[in-house]
Amino acid sequence: MPRAGQNGIFPGVIAMSILQAERITKSFPGRAGPIEVLKGIDFSAREGEVIAVLGASGAGKSTLLHVLGTLDAPDGGRILIRERDPFTVSDRELDEIRNRDLGFVFQFHHLLPEFDALENVMMPAVLGGVRDRAAHERAASLLADVGLEKRITHRPAELSGGEQQRVAVARALMNEPAIVLADEPSGNLDDRTSERLHTLLLELSRKKRQTFVIVTHKRELLERADRGFVLEDGLLVPAGR
Amino acid sequence: MIRFLLKGIVRDRHRSFFPVLIVTLGVAVTTVMHAFMDGMADEMVRNMARLDSGHVKVVTRGYGEIVSQIPNDLAIRSADSVMAALEARYPGMEWTPRIKFGGLLDFPDSTGETRAQGPAAGFAADLLGEGSGEIARLNLAQSLVRGRLPSSPNEILVSDEFASRLGVEIGGTATLIGSTAYGSMAVHNFRLAGTIRFGIAPLDRNMLIADIADVRYALDMEDMTAEILGFFPTTVYDDGAAELLADDFNGERPSGGPAGLRMLTLRGQGGIGQMLDMARSRSAIIIAVFIVIMSIVLWNTGLMSGIRRYGELGVRLALGESHRHVYGTLIAESILIGIGGTAAGAAIGLAVSYFLQEVGWDISGMMRGSSVMMSNVIRARVTPATWMIGLIPGMAATILGAVFSGSGIFRRETSRLFKELEV
Repeated sequence: MPRAGQNGIFPGVIAMSILQAERITKSFPGRAGPIEVLKGIDFSAREGEVIAVLGASGAGKSTLLHVLGTLDAPDGGRILIRERDPFTVSDRELDEIRNRDLGFVFQFHHLLPEFDALENVMMPAVLGGVRDRAAHERAASLLADVGLEKRITHRPAELSGGEQQRVAVARALMNEPAIVLADEPSGNLDDRTSERLHTLLLELSRKKRQTFVIVTHKRELLERADRGFVLEDGLLVPAGR
Repeated sequence: MIRFLLKGIVRDRHRSFFPVLIVTLGVAVTTVMHAFMDGMADEMVRNMARLDSGHVKVVTRGYGEIVSQIPNDLAIRSADSVMAALEARYPGMEWTPRIKFGGLLDFPDSTGETRAQGPAAGFAADLLGEGSGEIARLNLAQSLVRGRLPSSPNEILVSDEFASRLGVEIGGTATLIGSTAYGSMAVHNFRLAGTIRFGIAPLDRNMLIADIADVRYALDMEDMTAEILGFFPTTVYDDGAAELLADDFNGERPSGGPAGLRMLTLRGQGGIGQMLDMARSRSAIIIAVFIVIMSIVLWNTGLMSGIRRYGELGVRLALGESHRHVYGTLIAESILIGIGGTAAGAAIGLAVSYFLQEVGWDISGMMRGSSVMMSNVIRARVTPATWMIGLIPGMAATILGAVFSGSGIFRRETSRLFKELEV
C-alpha cells in the first residue's frame, strides 16, 4: 500500500482517488473578522478505505465533513468526487451526487420519527426513484447486516441509541454510495456501544468496498482505521499511531 | 413517494390532525357564516316583498315620492281597470292591491265607552276576494295566535302583542278612528276575528290587518288602492327581470304628473337596494377578512410545522432530495390537508347550516324596538354557493400558507439551510 505524504496526498495515485480535496479553505464571519476554520486542506481517499479524522471540539471537523459532503461550499480550493467537481455542476446533478455517491451518518441519528426502521432505510432509494419492492428488499438486507433484522417494524422511539445509529448507518449505505461520511457517529453512545458501532463500520467498509471518512474524537477508532488524521489549526496532519 | 408522503401525514399528528382540525374549523365557520348571512339577506328580501314592496310595485308618482307619509289622497284611482290592464299586459305576474293606513283603534266596553285604545298601523289586503293568494302570501294561517282568520266583511286581525297589551277579547268590537283619503274623519267598526304574530318586531307591535274592501269603504277609497304589488310566479326576487318590467311599464308613461303611474322595483324602494348591497358587501368583507385571518393562521401553522421539521427537511436534502422536491412535497401535503379539512369542514358547516335553515335562531330578544323588517327567527340558507364557499379558505389559504412558509426552503442556499436545519 502506498504511503501517504503530508496532508494525506498519495503521490502517483491521485487517479485512483474517489474523493479528493485540494487546498480547501473555509471561514465564517466573526465579530473580530472572519474566523478561518479550514486553511488549505489537501486530502484524498481511495475506494474501500476507512479514514478517521480526529480533532478537538471546534477544530472544524464537522465543517470539513460538510464541505467534503457538498453540504457546504468551500471558500477556496476544490473537491473532486469520482473526479468531478460537485460545485461546478447543476443543482440537479449535485442532488444526484448526494443521493447516489454520498452517504451520511450524523452525530444524532436524524431518523424520521413517523417511519419505522425499514422505511427510514428505504428513504434514500425512494428519493432516488428505486421501485418500492427493490428498495424494501435491500433495506431489509442492510438492516440484517447491522443486526436489526428483528427490529425492522420498530419506529425510532422504540429503538435504543445504538440501534438508532445502526439504522442511520444502514440508511447511509442504502444507495450503495462510494463514500460514507460519518460525523461523530458514536458521539452520543456509551463506550461499549461505540466500540460495536466502530466494528460494524469497519466490517461494512471491507465487505462492501466503500470509503468511510469518520470524524471522531475517540482515539480508539484512529487505531483501527486504515489511515488517521488530526485536524489542527485548520490543517489536516497524519496522526501518529 | 406519494405512499411515503401519505404515511408521514397520517402518522404524524402535528402534520395531519392539527392542520386538518384548523382547516376544518375555518371552513365550517366560513360555510355557516356565509349561509347565515345569505339566509338573513334572503329572509329580509322575502319579508319585504310579501309584506311591503312586492317584487315590483305600481304607485302614483306623487305617492311614490312621499311614500313614508302614507299619502292615501295620492292613491291610484280606477284601481280595478289598472289591475285589469296590468294582468293583461303582464299575464305571468300576480297583481294584488294594498292600502296602508294609520289610526286609533278603540275597543269599547258593553256600554260603548272606550275600554282600551291604541295607535294602529293598518294594512289592507285582498283577504276575502275569490282566488286571492294574499292569505297564503302573508302566511296568515301560520301566524294566527288566537281566534280565526277573517271570513266575512268587517272582520280584522290585530297583532297578538297589541291585543294583549290592550287586554281585548276575540269577537269584540274594534273602532278605527282615522282619516279618509280626502282628509275628513273616518270612523268604522270592525270585529276582532283573531290575533297574529309575524315574528317581525315592527309589525308585531301594533299591526291591524283588514280586508281591502272594508278599508276602501272606511277610508272613502272606492275603486282606489294605494299600491298594486306585483309578484313573480316564484318567490325568488329577480332584480334583472324586475328592472325590465319596470322599464317597460315606465317607458310608456314618461310623465303624467303626480297622478301618473310608476312602477318601482323592490331594490328601488325606500333604500332596500342600498341595504341589500350593504348586507352583501358586508358579507363579502367579513368572508374576505376571515379568509385572510385563516391564511395567516395556516401560514403560521405551516411555519411552526416547518420549524419543527427542520431536522427532517435537512436530512432529506442531505439524502439528495432537491429543494424543489422538498418544497413540492410540502405543497402536496398542504393540498392533501386542504382536501381533508375542506371536506370535513364543508360537511360540518353544511350540517350546521341546514339545521339553522330548518330550525333557525331566535333573536326576538335583540329585535325589540327594531324597525327592520326582519324575522325574529333568523335562518341560514343553503345554496350551491354554500357548498363552494369553504373551498376558498380551505384550499387557497392552506396552499398559500405552505407556499409562503416553505418558500424559505426553496430560496435559501443549501449550505445556509444546513446550518439552519441543525444537521
